[in-house]
Amino acid sequence: MTFEPADRVDQVPPSGIRRFFELAEEMDDIISLGVGEPDFTAPWAAREAAIASLERGRTSYTANRGKRELRERIARFEADKHELPYDPDEEILVTAGASEGLDLAFRALMNPGDAIAVVQPSYVSYVPDAIFAGAAVVDVPTRSEDEFKLTRDVLESSGAAEADALVYCYPNNPTGATMTGDELAEVAAFCREHDLVVFADEIYADLTYEHEHTSIATLPGMRERTIVFNGFSKAFAMTGFRLGYAMGPPEAIEAMNRIHQYTMLSAPTTAQYAAIEALDSCWEEVQEMTSQYDRRRKYVLSRFEDMGIDCFEAAGAFYAFPKCPWDDADEFAEALLQEEGVAVVPGSAFGEGGSGHLRVSYATGLPDLKEAMSRMESFLE
Amino acid sequence: MSSRREILDLLRENARYTTEDIARQTDFSVEEVAAAIEDFEEAGIVRGYQAVVDWGAVETEDERVRATVELNVALDRETNYGDIADRIAKFPEVTSLRLVSGDYDFDLEVEGDSMREVSHFISDKIAPIPEITQTVTHYIMESYKEQGMEFGDRDDDDRLSVSP
Repeated sequence: MTFEPADRVDQVPPSGIRRFFELAEEMDDIISLGVGEPDFTAPWAAREAAIASLERGRTSYTANRGKRELRERIARFEADKHELPYDPDEEILVTAGASEGLDLAFRALMNPGDAIAVVQPSYVSYVPDAIFAGAAVVDVPTRSEDEFKLTRDVLESSGAAEADALVYCYPNNPTGATMTGDELAEVAAFCREHDLVVFADEIYADLTYEHEHTSIATLPGMRERTIVFNGFSKAFAMTGFRLGYAMGPPEAIEAMNRIHQYTMLSAPTTAQYAAIEALDSCWEEVQEMTSQYDRRRKYVLSRFEDMGIDCFEAAGAFYAFPKCPWDDADEFAEALLQEEGVAVVPGSAFGEGGSGHLRVSYATGLPDLKEAMSRMESFLE
Repeated sequence: MSSRREILDLLRENARYTTEDIARQTDFSVEEVAAAIEDFEEAGIVRGYQAVVDWGAVETEDERVRATVELNVALDRETNYGDIADRIAKFPEVTSLRLVSGDYDFDLEVEGDSMREVSHFISDKIAPIPEITQTVTHYIMESYKEQGMEFGDRDDDDRLSVSP
């Protein structure tokens, strides 16, 4: 007997990001616009709260669902900021990153053979998570001409009506696309008509620049069929703390907690203390980071325009998703890396509908961003 | 829509941004940015542009000595804080001067080539001003942060070069 990956692991295709990461790692002094996390460090008050918790010896497990003080603050924050009132005792589960929450939801709520419609291009975990859960995947590729928004048309033509669940991320990684309340209303109506539950990854909810974020769970008839995922990684720049949360109806959260309590037990304790402080006192820093992202976004879009690179006005997260000037985006990204030392990620790494595009992250300080844009410009010439 | 305040914020962040850099980061055109900066300068809103220097990192034989000085003053009918401040601020050795609340009245920052020079300046030029009743001088031994900029080792970007 030797160790061989189980079939469901074998089924997961190799990560397109991984290959590119290895290429970039071989090179010195690159400017990377290929990073999917903030360049800011976590707010100092949150870091200090983590340190203080260690000094006071707060090193035990917490309640499976997360510290009650944290869940209370999450409830207040979500009700105030996103009009999402959830009960801290029964409807909120604190997880090790939003990613854990998505995995839990798929495994706890989907049966083998159930189908999950995965809106793409998307964050890279959804399809593997679905496979690990034994669920079938229905690809829902959004379109460049819709600026990568999810439309009824796309849902219908992809066969999502036959699926049991829909998973998406808006504001979107990798495209930076956002959905307004009106646009989401169409999606909500589709989900009600075809009886789909929704897994709404809203990790970038607070990073929007043109309009306020709307959660699909706020729309009529949607709260009972939606799990919302959020966390501290993006807006609070706390990726390494690994802290997120899921919000949904009590029975769903209960089922997810049943896996969570046996696999994770509880989310990292130190991170929970940091998160409490983040919610108590770090909102101003979030706003400052958001305005920095917005300026960089405008900067990048304006440089693209001058270079003649076709890019829609991405209004959220910290990504722009321009059309690649060459037909083959993988080849372009590789050449740009090797000749100019600038890393961007080809859109094909993010699933269906992403090919022919590039994900350009502006989670990088302006001096580097400026230099990277200039190198890209000379590369194109 | 951007407000002109954003242009100020950007100049505070980096006074060496070109008008083009600022225009690209806001909704203003290059011309609008240039006009706004000119207005700021004319109105005395933007008083100047200076580098934030960590003197501790400058390898030079010319020592720069800085001190903060707490000043107490006595007012009378003819003399207000502004009058006293005017007299003090005119000395080139004085790099900043603020009226503050609390145990003393003015918070003064002085710069010189040596401790001796700074001491003489305080005793010869500041202390004798009739309204000044007390001075307490603190020499700055080390500077860790100036104008919002930390002087410690900069955080390395330790993020993975490419991540999802």
